[in-house]
Amino acid sequence: MTPAALSVRSARKRFGGLVAVNDVSFDLRPGELLGLIGPNGSGKTTMLNLISGALKPTAGEITLAGERISGLAPHRIAQRGVARTFQLVRVLPGLDALGNVMAGAVFGHSRAWGGEARDMAAALLSRVGLSGREHMPVTAMTYIDQKRVELARALASDPRLLLLDEWLAGLNPSELRIGISLIDELRREGRTIVMVEHVMDAIRSLCDRCVVMSSGRLIAEGGVDETLRDPEVIRAYLGDDDDA
Amino acid sequence: MNILVTGILLSGTYALIALGLTLQYGVARIMNLGNGETLVAACFVAFWLYTGLAINPLVGLLLIAPAAFLINWAIYAVALRPLVKRAKNRGQLEADSILATFGLLFLLQGLMIIGFGGDYHSYTFLAQRFDILGNSYGLNRVVAFAAAAAIAAGLWFFLYRTRQGTAMRAVAVDPGSANLVAIDVARTAAVAFALGGALTACGGALISTFYTFNASMGVVFTMKALIIVIMGGVGDVRGAVLAAVILGLSETLVASLVDPGLTLAATYMLFILVLLFRPQGIFGRAPT
Amino acid sequence: MTGFNLEETRNLALGTLAVGVAALLPVFDQGFYLAICVNIMLYAALCTAWSLFSGPTHLVSLATAAFYGLGTYSVGLGIDTLPYPVLVAIAAASGAVLAGLVGAMTLRISGVYFVIFTFGLAEFVRQVVTWLQTKFATAIGLYVFTDITESQIYWMLLALTAAVFLTGFLIARSTLGFALQIIGNDETVARHVGIDTARAKIVLFMISGAFIAIAGAIMAPRYSYIEPPSAFNPMISFLVVIMALLGGTRRLWGPLVGVIPFTIMMDFVSSRFPNHTMIVVGLAFLVIVYLIPNGVTGLIENARARMKGADTVAREKTA
Repeated sequence: MTPAALSVRSARKRFGGLVAVNDVSFDLRPGELLGLIGPNGSGKTTMLNLISGALKPTAGEITLAGERISGLAPHRIAQRGVARTFQLVRVLPGLDALGNVMAGAVFGHSRAWGGEARDMAAALLSRVGLSGREHMPVTAMTYIDQKRVELARALASDPRLLLLDEWLAGLNPSELRIGISLIDELRREGRTIVMVEHVMDAIRSLCDRCVVMSSGRLIAEGGVDETLRDPEVIRAYLGDDDDA
Repeated sequence: MNILVTGILLSGTYALIALGLTLQYGVARIMNLGNGETLVAACFVAFWLYTGLAINPLVGLLLIAPAAFLINWAIYAVALRPLVKRAKNRGQLEADSILATFGLLFLLQGLMIIGFGGDYHSYTFLAQRFDILGNSYGLNRVVAFAAAAAIAAGLWFFLYRTRQGTAMRAVAVDPGSANLVAIDVARTAAVAFALGGALTACGGALISTFYTFNASMGVVFTMKALIIVIMGGVGDVRGAVLAAVILGLSETLVASLVDPGLTLAATYMLFILVLLFRPQGIFGRAPT
Repeated sequence: MTGFNLEETRNLALGTLAVGVAALLPVFDQGFYLAICVNIMLYAALCTAWSLFSGPTHLVSLATAAFYGLGTYSVGLGIDTLPYPVLVAIAAASGAVLAGLVGAMTLRISGVYFVIFTFGLAEFVRQVVTWLQTKFATAIGLYVFTDITESQIYWMLLALTAAVFLTGFLIARSTLGFALQIIGNDETVARHVGIDTARAKIVLFMISGAFIAIAGAIMAPRYSYIEPPSAFNPMISFLVVIMALLGGTRRLWGPLVGVIPFTIMMDFVSSRFPNHTMIVVGLAFLVIVYLIPNGVTGLIENARARMKGADTVAREKTA
C-alpha cells in the first residue's frame, strides 16, 4: 500500500489560551483535490500554515508521502515539495512576472537554474494565461493576474502537494470561471491539492472530497454533497437555530 | 557578600536607564541609541547644579526630570515623528530610527566634548560610610539606589494603576488595536518617549553622585541598557528590573574577581546566553 | 546564466579599465596624494564589502571595526613567524568565523538583535584581546615591521576592492543573489519558495566579514605599532555606514560615490577641527536619514526615472 500523499494526525495548535486547531486528522490520496471549508475563524488557514510550516504544531504529526514534515522549517517543507499561495496575494513587487515565477522554480522542489528555470517560468506563465506579459512589473497587474502569477510561482516548484488559500476569493464572476477551469485543469493533470475556499460553487464542481472545520475541530469529512447536507455542518455555518 | 550588595546597588541606576529605553523602544517604537547621551547630559547638569549652585542632586532631580521630559518630547516631535509617518513598516522605522538616533548620539556627544572636554568629572556628595551587614558602602550609592527604587516603583504604579499608563501598555502590545479603542497612539508614543528620556536622565543624575563620568561614555551605557532591555523582554518592566540586577551583579563579579577591564565582555556573555536560550526575554513566553 | 550579456561585458570592461587607471597613481605621487588615496581605497574596500551584506538585507552592521581589528591583529601576532600572505589568509578565515558566529546567534532571531549585537562587538573583542594580552603577553601593543611600502599597500587595497566588486558581481548572478533579491522583497514568500533565509544572510555576512578582515591585514604594516584601542576603533564602523549610505547601496558602485568626497572631507576636518569630528559625523547621519535616504545614487536614479517618465509623456503628447 502506498502511503497517503498527505497525512495529518491529531494536529493541534495552541495560541496562548486559544486552541486554533484541535486534534485534527485527515488523509489525502495522491491526485486528490480536497476542499478544506468551514466558517470564518474555524482554523482553516491555521491548518494550512501548519502544513506549510509557517507555524509549528503544538502536538500531532503531519507526513508528506510517509515522511514527517511537521516541525520542519518552511523552506525545508517547500523543498520537500509543498507549495502554497497566500490568502492575501503576495507577489514580489521588485521583480517582473518572470522573476516571480522563477523564484518558485529555483529554490523549491524542482531546483532549476539559469535557462532551464527561465523556460519553465515562461511556460507556466503562458499556462496561466499571461504569455506576452513576462516582463511586466507585477505591481502594474490586476488582482487576478497577480493571483495567476502566484499560482504559476507555486507550480514552478513542481510541487507534490499544492496548498491554495482562498485563491478564488475576491474574483468577479467571469474571473471566477477562468479560475475554476484553471484549477480543474490542474486536477485533471493529477496534482494533489488542498484548497481552503469559501466559494461553495467551486467546492462543489472541483473537489473530490471535503473536510469541514469549526472552532478548530474537524466536524465532518467525506464526499462534497453529503458533507454539505450534514446537519452539524449546516449548524456550524448558520449557527444553532433553537427555533427550528 | 560585599560583591552582591555592590552589584545590587549598581543595578538600581541601571534599571532606571533601561526602563527609559524600554519605554522608548517598546511603546514609541524608537530604538534610541542616543539614550546614553541623555544620561551623560544629566550627569553634567547635576554636576553643574551641585558645584555651581550647591543644589543637592536629589533636589536637582526635580529640575532635571521635567527638563529631560520636555527636551525628549521636542526631539520626538521634531526629529522622530516624521520618520514614524514616513515608515511603511516596522522594519523601515527601526532602520531609520537607528540611523537618526546615531546622528543625535554623535551630535550630542560632539557638543558635550566641545563644552566640557574629554576629561573625567566627578564631585563629592554624601561620601560617608554606610554599613550594611557588617560591610561598609558609600552612602551616595545607597541613596542613589533608594531613589532609583522609588522612581521605578512610581513608574510601575503609573503603568499598572492609571488610565494613561494602561494606554501606554496597550500601545506597546499593539498600536493598531490601541487605535481602535480610542487611544491617541501618536500622543501616547510621544509621552512614552519623553518619559523614557526623563527616567534615563534621573538615572544619569543619580549615577553622577558616585561615578566618574566623561562626555564620551554614553555609548557604553546605551549598550548596557539595550542588553538589559532585551534580557528583560522589550516593554517589560519587571523583566527590565530583574535583568538590571543580573547585569549589575555579573559586572561587579567579573570586575572584582577577574578583571575590571572586562565589564562589557561580561555584559556580552550575558547577551550571548540570552540570545541562545531565551531570545524572547526572561519572562517572555515562548513564541507560539 | 552562464555567458555574460552585453551589459555585463561592458561593466566588466569598464571595471578593468578603472582598476588599470587607478593602479598608475603611485607612479605620479608618493606623498600626500598617495596617502589620501590609500585612505580612499581602504574605505572603498570596506564600504563595498559592508554593502555586500547590508545593501540587500537592509541590516545595519556595526561590526566593521571588529573584523578590521581582527585582521590587523592576525598580522601583528604572526608577522615574526609566518609569511605575510598566510597571515592575510588567516585574517580572512578569522573574519569569516567571527561573522559566522555572530550571524548564527542573531540572524535567526531578528534584525534588531543583529544591529545591537554588532553595536558593541568591536568593544567586546577589544576588551577580550586586551585582557588576553595583559594575561599572556608582556606588552599591550604589537610591532609590525615589514618592508611593505605605501605603494604596495595601495595596490593591495586596489586589488582587494576589485575582488570585492568581482565577488558582488558574481553573487548577483548566482542563486544566492537571486535568493537575496527575493528576501529583500518579501521574506515570508522567500521562506515558502524554499529559501533558507537565515543561511543566505549568514553566508553573505561571512563573505563581507572576511573581506573587511583582509583590509585590516593589508593596513597592519602601515601602522607599524598596533594596540587594541586603535585597531578596534569603533569610529571605523560608523564611518563605513555613513559613506556607504551616503553613496547608496542599491548599486554595487554606489558606496564609492560616498567614499571619495567623505574621506577627503573627514581628512580635512580631522586635521583642522579635530574637536568637531563627532559633530560632523552626527550631522552626516541626520542628513542621510532626512534628506537622502537612498543615497546619492538613489537620487540620481530617481531623477533619471523622472526624466524618463517626462520623456514618455512628452512623446505621447507629440504622437
